[in-house]
Amino acid sequence: MSCHVPVQDVLEVFPPPPPGGKVKLRTVALIGPPNCGKSTLFNRLTGMRQKVANYPGVTVEHHSGKMKSIGRNDLTLIDLPGIYSLSTYSEDARVAVDVLTGKMPGVPKPDCVLLVLDATHMNRQLMLAAPVFSIGLPTLVLLNMGDQVAARGGSIDTLALAKELGHPVALISAAQGTGLDVIPDFLMRTGEKRDEGSRPVQLPILQSAASCRTWATQVTARSKYQAPSAPIWTRRLDSVLLHRMWGPVIFLAVVFAVFQVVFTIGQPLSEGLGDVLTRLGAFVAQALPDNWMRALLRDGLWNGVQSVLVFLPQILLLFLFIGVLEDSGYLARAALIADRLMRVIGLNGKAFIPLLSAYACAVPAIMATRTIENKRERLATILVAPFMTCSARLPIYTLIIAAFIPNHALLGGFIGLRATVMLGLYGLGFLAALVTAKLLNSRVMKASTAPFILELPQYRWPTVRSLTLRLYDRGKLFLKKAGTVILAVTFLVWLFSVLPVHGGQFSALTDSVIGHLGHFIEPVIRPLGFNWKIGIGLLSSIVAREVIVGTLGTLYGVDPATHAQSLQAALRHDMTLGGAIALVVFFAFAMQCTSTLAVVRRETNSWKLPALQFTYMTVVAYVAALVTNQVISRLF
Amino acid sequence: MQAIEITALSDARVGSTGVLDSIDLPDEVSHYLAHLGFLPGASVEVLRRAPAGDPTVYRLDGVEVGLRNETAQHIYLKLSMGAGA
Repeated sequence: MSCHVPVQDVLEVFPPPPPGGKVKLRTVALIGPPNCGKSTLFNRLTGMRQKVANYPGVTVEHHSGKMKSIGRNDLTLIDLPGIYSLSTYSEDARVAVDVLTGKMPGVPKPDCVLLVLDATHMNRQLMLAAPVFSIGLPTLVLLNMGDQVAARGGSIDTLALAKELGHPVALISAAQGTGLDVIPDFLMRTGEKRDEGSRPVQLPILQSAASCRTWATQVTARSKYQAPSAPIWTRRLDSVLLHRMWGPVIFLAVVFAVFQVVFTIGQPLSEGLGDVLTRLGAFVAQALPDNWMRALLRDGLWNGVQSVLVFLPQILLLFLFIGVLEDSGYLARAALIADRLMRVIGLNGKAFIPLLSAYACAVPAIMATRTIENKRERLATILVAPFMTCSARLPIYTLIIAAFIPNHALLGGFIGLRATVMLGLYGLGFLAALVTAKLLNSRVMKASTAPFILELPQYRWPTVRSLTLRLYDRGKLFLKKAGTVILAVTFLVWLFSVLPVHGGQFSALTDSVIGHLGHFIEPVIRPLGFNWKIGIGLLSSIVAREVIVGTLGTLYGVDPATHAQSLQAALRHDMTLGGAIALVVFFAFAMQCTSTLAVVRRETNSWKLPALQFTYMTVVAYVAALVTNQVISRLF
Repeated sequence: MQAIEITALSDARVGSTGVLDSIDLPDEVSHYLAHLGFLPGASVEVLRRAPAGDPTVYRLDGVEVGLRNETAQHIYLKLSMGAGA
C-alpha cells in the first residue's frame, strides 16, 4: 500500500475484495462524465442505436443493450447518464448511484463497471473515479481520446496510473475503435476471478469536490501525467465561429442553409419517391380483383400511407443536419450565441438545446429538459417546446407550399419563395414560443436562480457511423409510425368514408359517416377557410400531425371527383389561398400530438400541464388561423 | 513590487489568467461548478466573450466552460502578474 499520501485523515483504505471464485457475469455498467465519448463507446460495444452528443446531459435516459459487437451476447451493457460526481444533487447522479448499488427497480445490479474518462484532462475527469471505485465493483478504467493526448504533446503512463488507482487502465479511442480489445479481456478475467479487478488503494473519505480534486491531482502528479496543450483547431475555429460579428452571421447562415437544402434537395427526392410509390400501387392494384378489396387497399390504405411516406427524404435530411451540428460540437457554440436572446425571454442557453432538438421532435426535447436544474425554468421550457416546428409538421407544410406557393426566385435567385414561406412558418413557431415564454416569465417565473453553465467540447468530425445510426433510428421510427398509427387511422377514415353500406353498395363520400361528421363540424371551421374534409383531417391529426396528410390522401382518393388527381392538384381545386395558409398557420400553433402530451404527463406527473397546454395551443391556433384566413381572403 | 490583485471573474479582461480565490454562490451552484473544476487554487484563463458580450468562456483544466457574468461576478480570481483587470 502506498504510504506517501500526505492527507491521511481524509483517506480510507479500500476494502479488500472477497476471496476469488467463479462469478457469473451478467450486467456491465458504463459510466463517465458528460462529453467523454461514452455514448460512442456504447454504440461500438452494442451496435445499438443511441444518440451521440457533444454537450452535457443528452443521455438522461438509461439505455442498455447486449454486448454483441465483442461477441458477448450474454452480457447486458447499461449506459448510465453522463455525470461529474455521484453526490446526489442531480437526478442523473441519483439514477447512477441507484443502478450501481442495485437499488434501481427493474435493473439488475451490475457485476462490473467500465469507467470512461477523457484522457485530455485527467485532473478533472478523475474526480469521478474516486466515488465510483468506492462502490466496490470490479472496474476497468478506459481513457478515451488517447490518440489526442500524444498528438497534442501530452503523455500518460497507464501502468503508473493503474498502480495509483488499483484498477486496470487502458488507453482507447472510441471514435476510431482502437484499444477496445482490453474490454473482452477484462470481462473474461472478471468472470473467472473476482479478485483480479481491484487492489487496495486509498480513496478520499469525504467525497466532496475539493477532496476528490486533491486526490485526483495527487494521482495525476504521481503517475507523471502531462496534460496536452489546448486544441489549436478548436481555438482557431472558435475565433471565427464565436467572433463578435461573424459568429451571429454564420449562426444565421447555418440555420438558413439547412432549411434551403432540406427544401431544394428534399423536394425532388420526395417527388421521385412519390412517383415510384404511385406506380407500385397501380401495379399491385392490377393484380387485385376489382371489388371492395382493391378499393380498400389502393384508395384507402395505400393512398393514405403513401402520402406520408414521401416525406421520409426531407425528414432524414433534417435529422442529418441536426446530427452533424450536434456531433461536430457546433450546437454548444450556438447555445452560447443564443443565450443572450434566451435570457430576454426568461430562459437560459441550456433551454436552447432542448428547444433546438424540438425542431426535430418535441418528445426527446421534453425529456432533455431534465438537464435544466431550475424546476420553473424546466416547466417553462416544456410548455414552450411544442411550438418549435417539429419534423411531423413538415409533411403538411411541404404539401401546402408545393400546392399553393409558386416557386419564384427571390433576392436574385439566392432563395426561393417556397423556402422563404417555410422559413416564415418556422419563425412563426419560434415567435409563439417567445411570446409564451415571456408571458410565463412575467406571471409565474419570478426569481429564477439557475445559473447558465455550458461546457464547450472541442470540435470533432462527425463520424459516418454515428450519423448513419441516427438516421437509421429516425427512419425506422417514422416507418413504424407510418405502418402502425397512420395505417390504422387511415383505415378507420376509409372505413367511415364508405359506410354505411346501402344494398351492397358503399355510401358516396358525402353520405358516409365521415361525410356527416364533417358537415356537422364544418360551421366551426368554415371561418378559417377549411372545408369539411380538412376538418376530418384536423380531427384525425390529434393523434399525430402527419396523419392529416394520410387522411386527406384517403378522403380525396375515395372521392370520385378527385380520384384521379394528385393530392396537390385536388387541394388546389378545393381550397382558397387564404384557407391553405390558415391551415399551415393552424399547424404552426396547434398541439396535435398524443405522444407529446403523454411525455409531458410523464415528466410533470400530472394531467394539469398537458391539459393546459392542449387548450392554450388549440385556442391560439384557432384564432391565428381565423385572422390569417380573413386577412388573406380580403387582400387577394 | 506589485500587490496581489483580486477581481471578480466577470471583470477580468479577455486573455488574462489567474488562480481562483473564492466562490460566493449558493451551495448547489458552487457544487456543480466545483465538479467542473471551479475550486480555489485552480488556474483560469479568460478565453473569449460570446458575440453579445456575455456569457464569457473560461478555460480551466483543459476544459472550456461558458458562464454568464451574473454567475462569474461571484467568483473571485487572483490575477497573475502583468495581467490587468
